Amino acid sequence: MALGKLCNREPVNTLEQLQELLNDKGGKQYYEEMSDLDVDQALLWNTIQKTIKAKSRIKTWLEICAHCGMCADSCFLYLANNKDPEQVPSYKIQSTLGEIVKRKGKVDNAFMQKVMDTAWSKCTCCNRCGLYCPFGIDMGVMFSYLRGLCFQQGFIPWEMKIGSGMHRVFRAQMDVTTEDWVETCEWMAEEWEEDWPGLEIPVDKENADILYTVNAREPKHYPEDLAEAAVLFHLAGENWTVPSEGWEETSLAMFAGDWEGCKLQVQSVYDAMKRLNPKRMVVTECGHAYRATVIEGPYWAGLKDGQTPIPSLHYVEWVAEALRTGKLKIDPAKRIKEPVTYQDSCNYIRNAGLADCAREIMSYIAEDFREMTPNREHNFCCGGGGGFNGIGRYRKERNIGLKVKCDQILATGAKLVISPCHNCWDAIRDLEEVFEVGIRWSFLKPLLLKMVIVPDHLKPSEEE
Amino acid sequence: MEMDIYKLVTGPVAWLAFGIFFIGVIVRAALYIKGLDWQMDRVAYTAHRKHGIRGAIRSIAAWLVPFGTHSWRFYPFFTIVFFTFHIGLLVVPIFLQGHSILLKERFGFGLPTISDFSADMLTIGVMTAAVFLVLRRLALPEVRIITTWYDYLVLAIAVAPFLTGFLAAHRIGNYNFWLISHIITGEIMLVAIPFTKLSHFVLFFMSRMQIGMDFGIKRGGMKSKGMAW
Repeated sequence: MALGKLCNREPVNTLEQLQELLNDKGGKQYYEEMSDLDVDQALLWNTIQKTIKAKSRIKTWLEICAHCGMCADSCFLYLANNKDPEQVPSYKIQSTLGEIVKRKGKVDNAFMQKVMDTAWSKCTCCNRCGLYCPFGIDMGVMFSYLRGLCFQQGFIPWEMKIGSGMHRVFRAQMDVTTEDWVETCEWMAEEWEEDWPGLEIPVDKENADILYTVNAREPKHYPEDLAEAAVLFHLAGENWTVPSEGWEETSLAMFAGDWEGCKLQVQSVYDAMKRLNPKRMVVTECGHAYRATVIEGPYWAGLKDGQTPIPSLHYVEWVAEALRTGKLKIDPAKRIKEPVTYQDSCNYIRNAGLADCAREIMSYIAEDFREMTPNREHNFCCGGGGGFNGIGRYRKERNIGLKVKCDQILATGAKLVISPCHNCWDAIRDLEEVFEVGIRWSFLKPLLLKMVIVPDHLKPSEEE
Repeated sequence: MEMDIYKLVTGPVAWLAFGIFFIGVIVRAALYIKGLDWQMDRVAYTAHRKHGIRGAIRSIAAWLVPFGTHSWRFYPFFTIVFFTFHIGLLVVPIFLQGHSILLKERFGFGLPTISDFSADMLTIGVMTAAVFLVLRRLALPEVRIITTWYDYLVLAIAVAPFLTGFLAAHRIGNYNFWLISHIITGEIMLVAIPFTKLSHFVLFFMSRMQIGMDFGIKRGGMKSKGMAW
């Protein structure tokens, strides 16, 4: 069989295709079909020639890697797996992408399945190894590229195929439609307005100061996050809005290696910027969302200066600024008294330089802030990045990967971890479930809401 | 017969080797820059040149200093071996008195020189470091798994001129044999640089520059002090 019904080289572009995939519980049929999927060797080699054979970076990286092994200890998966040599970043990429290039694309089904397993279960594209290689070889960048080759050939985990399809069909990683989203905004505003007189979640307001965009999981699974954001903007006196379309920041298409899907997704957000003409965009507490839309997105969309059409901030940047300028004031009595630590997200810290904002926030809200070791740009991936959290096939490997973060947290002595990133938040929740070490985890919004001083005229009505 | 070979390897072959080396190195650097692609690499190289240059310089400088980066500090033993090896590899051939005399005879100019004693120490350093590099490859599982015969070959190409030169300089064994071997292995190394992994002689700077620009422009360099290598 050349192509399966579910597992094939066609990206998901229609609701029916998506539904069929979703109906295949756990991807059982999908993976059965994958065993018979042909590798289009000509396409594979052609793509490589067009993309890396002529281009410097990856070609040079593959060629000059001195096999010194200095990347080994930089990889949390190598450490979590008892220093298994097969987890050395250089080995992982040389034995997959390196091999495909060496064999000029002449690889078979079994090889591609091995490549898929490596690309999604042995690398989260956290880019830490790139920091430790004397040549600056970044295996995360290469794995990202390799995922693109896998996607084109149909060798991608079932959940990733669905994820990329969701973006193509709904422009959101979850099946949240424009109507669902706008309704959620209205519903949250109504529900919370009782406690916060004058609270609004303005949709499609033009020329606002802030365009707020989110992770689809928020409206889908915890809409109170949206309400909390609204309250904090309300308290800070911000003139803000959310777009009815182009409100979703995440990109499972990026995790899937679906570059066309990435472009479609990010374009929807940039269109909202152009349509509504806000001054700045603030992205919710999500790492990969920020990276996809703000850091990588401009390149997918072909924006030559590598910048989003309007300046874009991660939530930690907005919070740091609001605290610095006094838009939000913290009640000193309500600061966090217990030891607390902070999870640096690879995506907005190592990949966007936002480590200082995070520390600035901690200086306002925590009395006993404890750094993990290592931290900031050198922090380890939580263990759930790059889509790892969501792939059933690699649950076991993911759970092993959580160990490094678990040890890092425990070493601080803190029981509370602040994590303004959805994937990190999930990974930390899951590591508590796996290791039962008695830690708690939180986004910034609920913590801030408990600490912030509410001006008299904005006080909840029950206190009147 | 020996004189003929000597004339050949120090004459036309030497010209050829140096020619291939210099042109090869320049071509590799030029091809690297030509192959950069802002959209494929996802780095806006030209739009933010200032941040890019700053990042590139920081990245190269940090890695040229022993213990100058987190990574160098994490592997202290390897770092010492690495720098001993590379410093000797660069300094000895350029500043050796014998080489300077040759330069003067041929071209009428010489370079500043180091004493023969320093040259001996550096040469022994290169050879000892090479032994440790081999042992490290064999001993550490994380290095063994990525090592191929090619890595040993490249190492041999780099060390051979030092071993033969040392034997010739100290008149150990047949002087003429070692001298000619030294010249030939040196020429092999020169020619190998553009065509093998030894191209990192120049591509190290290219690759470091590129990743420095990547971090300097895109991955936070414009929003923070830049990457703490």
